[in-house]
Amino acid sequence: MYPIIVLSFTGLLTLFFGLNNPRSKTILPATAIFLVIGLISNFADWNAPGSYFNNMIDVNNSIIIVGSLIILSALFLVLLSSGLFEDENAHPAEYYALMQFSVVGALIMASFNNLLMLFLGLEILSIALYVLTGSDKTNLRGNEAALKYFLMGSFSTGILLFGVALVYGATGSFDISAGTVLGGAALPSKIFFYVGIVFMLIGLLFKISGAPFHFWTADVYQGAPTLFTAFMATIVKTAVIFSLYRLMVAGFSLEYVFWVKIILVAVALSLVIGNITAVVQDNFKRIIAYSSISHAGFMLMALTGITARTFTNLAFYSASYVLATISALGVLIVVSRNSLKDGRPNENVEVFNGLFKRNPGLAVVLFISMLSLSGIPPTSGFWGKFFVFTDAIRGGYLWVLVLAVVMSAISLYYYLRPVVASFRSVGDETPVEVGTWQKIVLYSLTFLTLVLGAAPGLFRGLF
Amino acid sequence: MLTFILFLLPLISGVFLLWNKSTGLAKTVTVLVSLVQLALFIYMVSVFRQDAAALDYSWNWISDFRVGFHLGVDGLSLLMTGLAVVISGLILLATKDLNYDNISRFLGLILVTEAALIGVFTAKDAFLFYFFFEMALVPVYLMANLWGGRGISRITLKMFIYTVLGSLLMLVAFVVLYLFAQTSDLAELAKVPAGLRPGLNHLLFWGLLIAFAIKSPLFPFHGWLPDAYSKSPTPATMLLSGLLSKMGIYGILRILVPLSPAGITDFSGLVIYFAIVGLIYGSVIAIQQFHIKRLIAYSSFAHIGLMAAAALTLSPSGIQGSVFQMVAHGFSAVGLFYVAKIIHDKTGSRSLVDLGGMALRAPRLAVLFLIVLLGSVGLPLTNGFVGEFLMLRAVFDYQHILGIIAISSIILAAVYLLRLYQKTMFGPATPFTENIRDIGLNELVVLVPIAIVIIITGVFPNCLLDLSSYLADTLPLIK
Repeated sequence: MYPIIVLSFTGLLTLFFGLNNPRSKTILPATAIFLVIGLISNFADWNAPGSYFNNMIDVNNSIIIVGSLIILSALFLVLLSSGLFEDENAHPAEYYALMQFSVVGALIMASFNNLLMLFLGLEILSIALYVLTGSDKTNLRGNEAALKYFLMGSFSTGILLFGVALVYGATGSFDISAGTVLGGAALPSKIFFYVGIVFMLIGLLFKISGAPFHFWTADVYQGAPTLFTAFMATIVKTAVIFSLYRLMVAGFSLEYVFWVKIILVAVALSLVIGNITAVVQDNFKRIIAYSSISHAGFMLMALTGITARTFTNLAFYSASYVLATISALGVLIVVSRNSLKDGRPNENVEVFNGLFKRNPGLAVVLFISMLSLSGIPPTSGFWGKFFVFTDAIRGGYLWVLVLAVVMSAISLYYYLRPVVASFRSVGDETPVEVGTWQKIVLYSLTFLTLVLGAAPGLFRGLF
Repeated sequence: MLTFILFLLPLISGVFLLWNKSTGLAKTVTVLVSLVQLALFIYMVSVFRQDAAALDYSWNWISDFRVGFHLGVDGLSLLMTGLAVVISGLILLATKDLNYDNISRFLGLILVTEAALIGVFTAKDAFLFYFFFEMALVPVYLMANLWGGRGISRITLKMFIYTVLGSLLMLVAFVVLYLFAQTSDLAELAKVPAGLRPGLNHLLFWGLLIAFAIKSPLFPFHGWLPDAYSKSPTPATMLLSGLLSKMGIYGILRILVPLSPAGITDFSGLVIYFAIVGLIYGSVIAIQQFHIKRLIAYSSFAHIGLMAAAALTLSPSGIQGSVFQMVAHGFSAVGLFYVAKIIHDKTGSRSLVDLGGMALRAPRLAVLFLIVLLGSVGLPLTNGFVGEFLMLRAVFDYQHILGIIAISSIILAAVYLLRLYQKTMFGPATPFTENIRDIGLNELVVLVPIAIVIIITGVFPNCLLDLSSYLADTLPLIK
């Protein structure tokens, strides 16, 4: 709970750092320190489960770990951004402040105990992101992306709010466990309740970019500055999958038979659409966008068979997904800055051409992250996939598993494309320069991916 | 603990060599690690003869899932581990003097592969097995791409996707079994299938079989093989044919047979038919090849087919034969591909059209090549004969007509391999072969041990059969 307060405050503070000099050198280190403070304050509640604000926010060790994961991802992204906002139109103070606000929203979503808090968290998370998506004002695609994201996003939050209202109408309470009062009731009296569940699911599926509510993903991911694409792909997804978990498992577990069908449809569609469409993409960010759709499918798979382990499984999956995605997009940030196309950073797969010659370290980071995203040992992605598979099979959905497996094999094709490009020898062998902090972040992400791959028990032992 | 050290040493030294840039240091480390591994393995055999359980190493890998990092050996594992240690050592020796860029990294990748293979052959936990089964492919993929010829990325991509699809099906089968056993220890998993519906059992069988059939590969899943074998750099090809292909056969014996008994009784006949088809098909295609590496690739494919067929007959002689042949083929395949590499380095050509008359100019090479080649043909007094004889007998006992067809493969093998020998070593010299020199110490260090092993285990097969007979106790034979 404390990081919510800390980061709201430091977010405001960050705005003041840019007051005199918009591109002050102190903003980035200050933000990093703020996030570290937030991370530390998170552990103030360690081993002290309970709830805050009249039972609106829940706290326990598992939630603290998920919160730490979110803050850590933000920290990695902030460190990756060193040297990124140096052109004259940039307003780094605002960006970093908005990132912190967004993290606050994500933290609320991961720990809400009250449907209004869910809405509040989602809005704090999203509104900051709408702005960040369009932060590069000179980029037409960025403007388009921001507008699309905003229009469709606000529409879907509207649907979510409608759902909340319907559930409130049916149960008379905003509490997450309100649904239990309707437990044994007959169907006619539950109609509003069911419609409410469906609407809330739609709202959240939109945010996690689960098919068939994924249409914004590719354009927005492509248009947004790469750093914020990574933000969207990692932090938003982590926050939303855990709010879905809370909602479905803690709140509506009695209606499992009802909502699992919706989740199954979303899983199947996400897997098929995400993986098949990614095959024909040339833009690396679009590939990551479609990969994020398919990963949404994998994450949702865990919800189809709920056990005591599901939470840990999801946390592991999110952690390995976050590590791999940030390092993949981090490599893109570094490499594409040196290679322009039509005056803008070249973000097509061909930008990685010859990377193994130009900077072997980065090429290895890219290779490991791609292996992890596709779920090949010895990376953490493999265990993530394995854990969600065990959940799906516990629900008895063997066909989902087989579908997921076939799609994983297809996914290798596009995950290995940047790797294959990095093997390709091209005439141009100018070395790629990497900043110190970027190097540290990328190498430590890769290291963590391998450590979690070799000893997944380390992470699971935390829960 | 010993098993774990045997696995850990190549892994650590491999990772070290990936960082290291000095060629000299890399060569020293490679030789040292190979020798230490060999010594460790010999010590392991002596421990094994007293108390096999002492070689178990277990660590609670993922405790809430009851997935253990459980390594251990029985007769089959021990034999395969030994094969992995010796063959990787020979491949390392062969590679360290080849003229590749960044040789240290190349050697590092080979060592990492060796570690993964030892993991595969000693894993006693289903997910650990899967982990290494997949992991072994990654360094080979990197090797092929970084040092391979033109157009290799497309070929290796095909291989990667192909094999991973198979492995993922195996993962599904493991997850299903895991759900029933609530642990992934192979000994525990083996108790599950008895209580399963036949339909589910059949699904498990196909999931597991396709994984191993693609990895080996067996007919008709061999689509990735010819290109991948012929276009990869030779050390990667040696690893693929000498060791990685054995993972498939090993998997059939270690995983498929115990975990899917109903599937075996119902479908093994079908698989044997296909394997025999692959045997003949591979042999016939090998006869028509002019590219040396492709020829050996198809010959390797044919041999693997016979091994799978014999293993699946589940008769003692079939299993012993195929285990014996895995070892024998490991040596002869590595030897043949190495000779192909030597010929290519000396003459600049891999085409039979360009070659000839090398025997007079390179007699040492000619003699060693002949020994390796005859081992592959299966001439008596070479180790190829023992394995082939046992396997063919098993197939013949299984079904006479099938045995007769399979036996014709020996003639076909003689045709394509002797043709290979004749076209390269005999006949008039060509512009490519006129000025070649005989092989030196660097090559002899690799080829002579291979030749010695081929002859010794051919004359005294009992030294290996003895080991593999432990298998009869550990493998539940289903009739």
